[in-house]
Amino acid sequence: MENHRNDGGSKLGMWLFLLSEILLFGGLFILYSVYRFQNPQIFHLAAEALNRPLGVLNTLVLLTSSLTMALSIFFLKKGSPGRSLLFLASTLFLGILFLFNKYLEWTWKVQLGIYPDAPRLLERERGEVLFYGLYYSMTGLHGLHVLVGLGILSVMLFFILKNKINHNHSVPLENTGLYWHLVDIVWIFLFPLFYLIT
Amino acid sequence: MSSFYEDEGRFRGILGWIFSTDHKRIGLLYLLAIFAFSAVGVLLGFLMRLELMAPGPTIMRPQTYNAIFTLHGVIMIFLFVIPGIPAIFGNFFLPIQVGARDVAFPRINLLSWWIYMAGAGLAVLSLFTGGGPVDTGWTFYVPYSLRTPVNVPLAVFAVFILGFSSILTGINFVTTTHQLRAPGMTWFRLPLFVWAIYATAWVQILATPVVGITLLLTLMERLAGVGIFDPLKGGDPILYQHLFWIYSHPAVYIMILPAMGIISEIIPVFAQRTIFGYKAIAFSSLAIAVVGSFVWGHHMFVSGQSDLASIIFSLLTFLVAVPSGVKVFNWVSTLYKGSIEVSPPLLFALTFIFLFSIGGLTGLFQGALATNVHLHDTYWVVGHFHYVIFGGTGFAIFGALHYWFPKMFGRRVGKKIPYLAWALLFVGFNTLYFPMLILGWEGMPRRYYDYLPQFHSLHLVSTVGSWILIAGLILMFGHLIYSLFRGEKERLENPWGGATLEWQIPSPPPRENFAEIPRVERGPYEFR
Ligand code: HEM
Ligand SMILES: [Cu+2]
Repeated sequence: MENHRNDGGSKLGMWLFLLSEILLFGGLFILYSVYRFQNPQIFHLAAEALNRPLGVLNTLVLLTSSLTMALSIFFLKKGSPGRSLLFLASTLFLGILFLFNKYLEWTWKVQLGIYPDAPRLLERERGEVLFYGLYYSMTGLHGLHVLVGLGILSVMLFFILKNKINHNHSVPLENTGLYWHLVDIVWIFLFPLFYLIT
Repeated sequence: MSSFYEDEGRFRGILGWIFSTDHKRIGLLYLLAIFAFSAVGVLLGFLMRLELMAPGPTIMRPQTYNAIFTLHGVIMIFLFVIPGIPAIFGNFFLPIQVGARDVAFPRINLLSWWIYMAGAGLAVLSLFTGGGPVDTGWTFYVPYSLRTPVNVPLAVFAVFILGFSSILTGINFVTTTHQLRAPGMTWFRLPLFVWAIYATAWVQILATPVVGITLLLTLMERLAGVGIFDPLKGGDPILYQHLFWIYSHPAVYIMILPAMGIISEIIPVFAQRTIFGYKAIAFSSLAIAVVGSFVWGHHMFVSGQSDLASIIFSLLTFLVAVPSGVKVFNWVSTLYKGSIEVSPPLLFALTFIFLFSIGGLTGLFQGALATNVHLHDTYWVVGHFHYVIFGGTGFAIFGALHYWFPKMFGRRVGKKIPYLAWALLFVGFNTLYFPMLILGWEGMPRRYYDYLPQFHSLHLVSTVGSWILIAGLILMFGHLIYSLFRGEKERLENPWGGATLEWQIPSPPPRENFAEIPRVERGPYEFR
């Protein structure tokens, strides 16, 4: 058997996968636009009730993690796995921090009785029910992607430690980076749509 | 050189199959699974026809009927025709036809089979757990799917998983076509089957996620009551329909494009004549894939979408018929002055053209706004889509089986019995489905377990048709299975005189397809 490895192919495959991810979120963004178009006022008021500082913090956390991710790839390719590991671990840490914040945010909302199907929520305006339905679905699906990303990052960490990926063979880490940036970009859209709309 | 059957790789016996990353073995794994499921689907169709043989209750209760047509649709769509040709013949032949040793990602390829089996397993599980078999129809329309007590959550989750498998297959084929073509295999030397699978793969990648998210939301709706599609909570069920058809209309191209690719292979070989209008056929596949992504609203003419939207969707629907027509004319022109040999593969291909044309033309009736109001949700539609997907894709698969059988299994298939089976299939098919077109025209609604007495005779004819059709299926598959074990050994590399690469290597192919990667110097349909 000869070696079937094909780096250009892996990159192309990854881009195709990301394209399908974009369309997965795309469906939700379509729903969001329609419902927001129908309920502009209510969406605006509901957005004000979200925890804006925490949202800003999380945006910064995720943006920084994209930077550390890029640095990790940069150093791996330059042949210094030590620094690559350091930045990869930072990315992992920032990802966990993001999820922790999200967890806090969700728990506070739930304590206020605002979660899907909650009697208190259903008493409110229909537009607000939809707003929170979208909020939980979209940030939830995004959070799930972060969680999966954390799993992949850990595997990469392990691979670098075992020298299974290195400057000769960095495509897996690069593809992980692409995925992580996608997760970041989705959040860049989610953040203004839920926290900043006026 | 030993074939891929003897050369097992890392594992032995059954493990050597279910853990093999060889694209040919994976293709055969799919073949086995897909035909097993479709046999169940046919059995369910048979039961439905028995029930409809006479008005009133015949052999089952109404709720059972609802469950059966749903299961029939789910199996036939998500387990049979959507994966069908790409997963079986695409896996087996696409790498060989582009001159590669395997697909770009062999392990992901194997993973996609496992995911497919997992999805199928969950679908089966959904029948026996929760509230029992789903009764919503394969479309899972809200709000009914939110209210019915049956096991909708597991069923939609199963379909979601199946979609994931489909996306991975699509990614594999696009990458393979881009990256692994042999030297000299330019884009316009690709066999048209590759073009068709390639166009299909794009649809798989781009459209499947949309139904994925729709089903995921339906699942969340059931489990958590999110409210996005629930009218009681302000949600809009029409949006569900939009998202569902944004995928599911393109999905009909996932079903039919690969079939057209098969026809484009068979016709030139059995006419020994270069295909007429190679580029027109190749680009019409892409055109169908692109324009077909913007016609989904033709399923929703009576759902309350705006009139303007309906008019635009109707116009675009008529436009998609053009590239399909281009193909049909090209196939027929290829035959003109060819030295035609009506072997079973060609016979099935010609039947495809005939049945698909009926399916396509009846589709135009539905695409016209005024007639659609009359025809929507009637047996006309049931007749139409069986003509397209069974008469089209189904018969193309039969053709492909006979065409590639010697290559895949290294055995010959005789001719007499396939001719006889074809006759039964052809007569049975039209007796089963043509009456449905008339029934629908006269107002018989679909998804009904009972009907008014005036529809009795046509329903009876249709049921008799199902018996003839199934007799044909049993004869054909029985004979194929017999040939698999007892057929004469195929010693020739190229029994039909084909010019594509799979015919230049031994039958069955060796493990890595080519001893040496070929250098391609001529087009796929240049016969000497
Ligand atoms: C012997 C073969 C078959 C028979 C007898 C048969 C019969 C039927 C009948 C009677 C219905 C209408 C149910 C109703 O509206 O009350 C139906 C629906 C359907 N059939 Fe078939 N069929 C067969 C093969 C196929 C094949 C090969 C496919 C696809 C590849 C297919 C796809 C479907 C679909 C998608 C539906 C719609 C289910 C729904 O309404 O949710 N069938 N079939
Ligand atoms: Cu359609």
